[in-house]
Amino acid sequence: MEDFSLSINGKSIQVNVPSDMPLLWVLRDVLAMKGTKYGCGQGLCGSCTVLLDGNPIRTCAFPVGEVKGAKIVTIEGISEAGDHPVQKAWVEHVVPQCGYCQSGQIMSAVALLDRNPNPSDQDIESAMSGNICRCGTYNRIKEAIQTASKNL
Amino acid sequence: MKSNFPFSKNQDPKDESKVFVPSRRDFLKLGSLVTGGFLLGVNFQCAGPKGETITFAPNVYIILDSDNQVTLVAHRSEMGTGIRTSLPMIMADELGADWSKIKIIQAEADQKFGDQNTDGSYSVRMFYEPMRMAGATVRHMLTQAAAKKWSIEASECHTENGQVVSSSGKTIDFGDLVADLQTMEMPKPEEVKLKEKSSYKLIGTDVAIYDAKDIATGKAVFGADVDLPGMKVAVVQRSPVVGGKALSYDDSTALQIPGVLQTVKIEGQGVPAGLDKPLEGVAVVADNTWAAMQGQKALKIKWDLGPNQSYQSLQQIQEMLQSVKSNGKVRRERGNFSSASGSASKVLDRTYVVPFYAHATMEPPVAIADWKEGFCEVWAPTQHPQWARTAVATALGMPEEQVKVNVTLLGGGFGRKSKPDYVVEAALVSKAVQAPVRVQWTREDDIHHDFYHAQSVQRIRVALDGQQNVSGWNHHTVFPSIGATSNPDELHPSDGELGLGCIDFPFEVPNIRIETHESKAHTRIGWLRSVSNIHHSFAINCMLDEVAEAKGMDPVDMLIGMLGEDRDLDFQSEIKGDFGNYGEPLDKFPWNTGRLKSVIQRVAQESNWKAGIASGKAMGFAVQKSFLTYVACVVEVAKDGNGALQVPVVHYAVDCGVPVNTDRIRSQFEGGAQFALSLALTGINFENGQVKENNFDGYSVIRMPQSPKNIHVHILDSQEKPTGVGEPPVPPFIPALCNAVYKLTGNRIYELPLKV
Repeated sequence: MEDFSLSINGKSIQVNVPSDMPLLWVLRDVLAMKGTKYGCGQGLCGSCTVLLDGNPIRTCAFPVGEVKGAKIVTIEGISEAGDHPVQKAWVEHVVPQCGYCQSGQIMSAVALLDRNPNPSDQDIESAMSGNICRCGTYNRIKEAIQTASKNL
Repeated sequence: MKSNFPFSKNQDPKDESKVFVPSRRDFLKLGSLVTGGFLLGVNFQCAGPKGETITFAPNVYIILDSDNQVTLVAHRSEMGTGIRTSLPMIMADELGADWSKIKIIQAEADQKFGDQNTDGSYSVRMFYEPMRMAGATVRHMLTQAAAKKWSIEASECHTENGQVVSSSGKTIDFGDLVADLQTMEMPKPEEVKLKEKSSYKLIGTDVAIYDAKDIATGKAVFGADVDLPGMKVAVVQRSPVVGGKALSYDDSTALQIPGVLQTVKIEGQGVPAGLDKPLEGVAVVADNTWAAMQGQKALKIKWDLGPNQSYQSLQQIQEMLQSVKSNGKVRRERGNFSSASGSASKVLDRTYVVPFYAHATMEPPVAIADWKEGFCEVWAPTQHPQWARTAVATALGMPEEQVKVNVTLLGGGFGRKSKPDYVVEAALVSKAVQAPVRVQWTREDDIHHDFYHAQSVQRIRVALDGQQNVSGWNHHTVFPSIGATSNPDELHPSDGELGLGCIDFPFEVPNIRIETHESKAHTRIGWLRSVSNIHHSFAINCMLDEVAEAKGMDPVDMLIGMLGEDRDLDFQSEIKGDFGNYGEPLDKFPWNTGRLKSVIQRVAQESNWKAGIASGKAMGFAVQKSFLTYVACVVEVAKDGNGALQVPVVHYAVDCGVPVNTDRIRSQFEGGAQFALSLALTGINFENGQVKENNFDGYSVIRMPQSPKNIHVHILDSQEKPTGVGEPPVPPFIPALCNAVYKLTGNRIYELPLKV
């Protein structure tokens, strides 16, 4: 067990956990931040995506010991009132079906638009290829990202 | 955590006093009054002390209160179809409520809500009329109450946007009538008038799902998101082979992992595994998920792997390929296929192979149980809350009244989460450790221990006479039956499974013989989105495309012709067993050839089928009625620069009766195409009784770059009874895709996964 000081959604938070515990379980089990989801444990599906210094990472396979002071942003932290342009576009296009993968999809979309505010279809497909949606909402995700890119 | 499950919209603790929640214990007294599954005729009052909010709950689905809140109860499980929105909106439309202010709460498992088994695409089919009636009954009472207040006739009043409105323009909020409603007699059903379709404001329109914003903000509560004080987490190492037993185990290494607390043996029942029993396993109980997962890996279990340990799925395919060469058990017979083939000018003889599939819901199975002496409360993402309740009660040896099952949102279901095995696991482990427990399946657990869609072999022979007419159709189908998961003696596909897209071959062919063969189940077989329709539709539609080619005809023209006159079909005289018709009588839900022709014609028109397509692309066609919904599909394929298959365009035409929520109908078809493409490209294999694939690397469902792009859903403006849309998008997609691939590449597809 080690002490870690984490910057999550702009707040400094102390945790005492094994250094190999994936960040996902620190968020979910230790900090009760349930918006980030477990999907595969191998970084294959993207349900657990958060931003680490702005880059999308798969927290299910990212040990907390590797965070090393980087700033973490989760689905709970991208807006105060749930009105980030990506979130608004998700609601406008009624993207979700079951909804389970959507936190991760949204975080990947936010990361994409942060570095590329006007992505092409190909840019979107490439950036989102690490996020699986078993319900098959891919086309609405793409449309929502295009809408969000106009409202950034 | 309180008994009212906290969906995020209902987390206001004041809700407990404001809203009469039908799951509260005092409501159970009304249980004996329920008839026919629906509580529509009981005037239940819940008056608070003076000055407090009072509520009026005239049935188990609708609650009005004096604060002018209309609360609707969703009693079916939300796994992504939108049913948690679509049934309440039917009630709200009849009621004349203000949809933007509606509150929706999720029902717990209880018979008083009627059927809660969210499966078989029948939520809308079964509950369209009861939901209308529930809403209309309350509307009737509201107009009566307002009319009395205003000393006018009720016929001069109507409801809209949460108010009763008189013909002279007077208005009163529903909330201001709650006290009056409490003194009224419930109307007789014959007094209640349903609205005309033309006056609906919600039904037949795009209504956004209720949970969209909660999902987009990460606040929506799925199974694993439920947190109880003092809750432990368990991860279970199950027998790698179905039917295996743990002879002994060593948990010493597991117990050294920080956070691991103890282990608990879970008894499986061996073979048959059953649909609602846990598999044999050892649960590692920890104070966090990561520790439990590590503990699972550290267990050393000595297994007796049991009778399925030498099972090889590819070897079974070889055996099935042999069996379809012989005569099988005849399940439907019209005329005499043998003489038709004997006198045929040509006989096409083709065999189709489809692998096992896993559901791979994005949320792996998970359940929370809090066992206490004399009461066990459960939270689970379950499609079938009442079965979960029964299974937990049975496993614990408790009466059902002492088991409460709360239903969370489901991170996907597709049939997997009908089976309550994982819920039972949570209850057993909670009882063993005397604390609340979340049993968390890993993705590997999910892929290894599913209830799989059965692998299958089909052989279809088609006889063409001297005029090139189809004179005979002989369909052999063999696959391990779902029934064998409970009863190993079930060696043939059941009547029900044949009813899924095989036995009701609707085309005018004078000689038809449908046969089945024996095969054993060596794993747990279950139902997966559209079930046997997946393989039946693949084989039949691929064969019909080949028949059209042999006749030199366009398949659309051929099929329209082969459907004959518009009429209702009755298969019973030819079927050696029951024709299930998805649980509905044929007089209520007829099998109508005209409706099938309509979707074929519509999809051909919308896709410009006859106009052809640019070189480098190809279109394929298929049609499949399933779950009483008529669907035709055109899939366009192309290859990208790397030679990988692309699906640039899909057209669906659907007749699902009166469309309820058109946005969710479209979304089911959009997603159904994606789901079906995954089925076409992947599969599950067994070696030595164990599943070879582990995670999304080996069982590769499609990602955005491979996904079908422009999916056009053409919804027929039908006046027929509404039917479901969760499963019907899947069956026609795969053969339409394969028929398109043939046109693009010249290679007919007889075996899945599809290799291009």
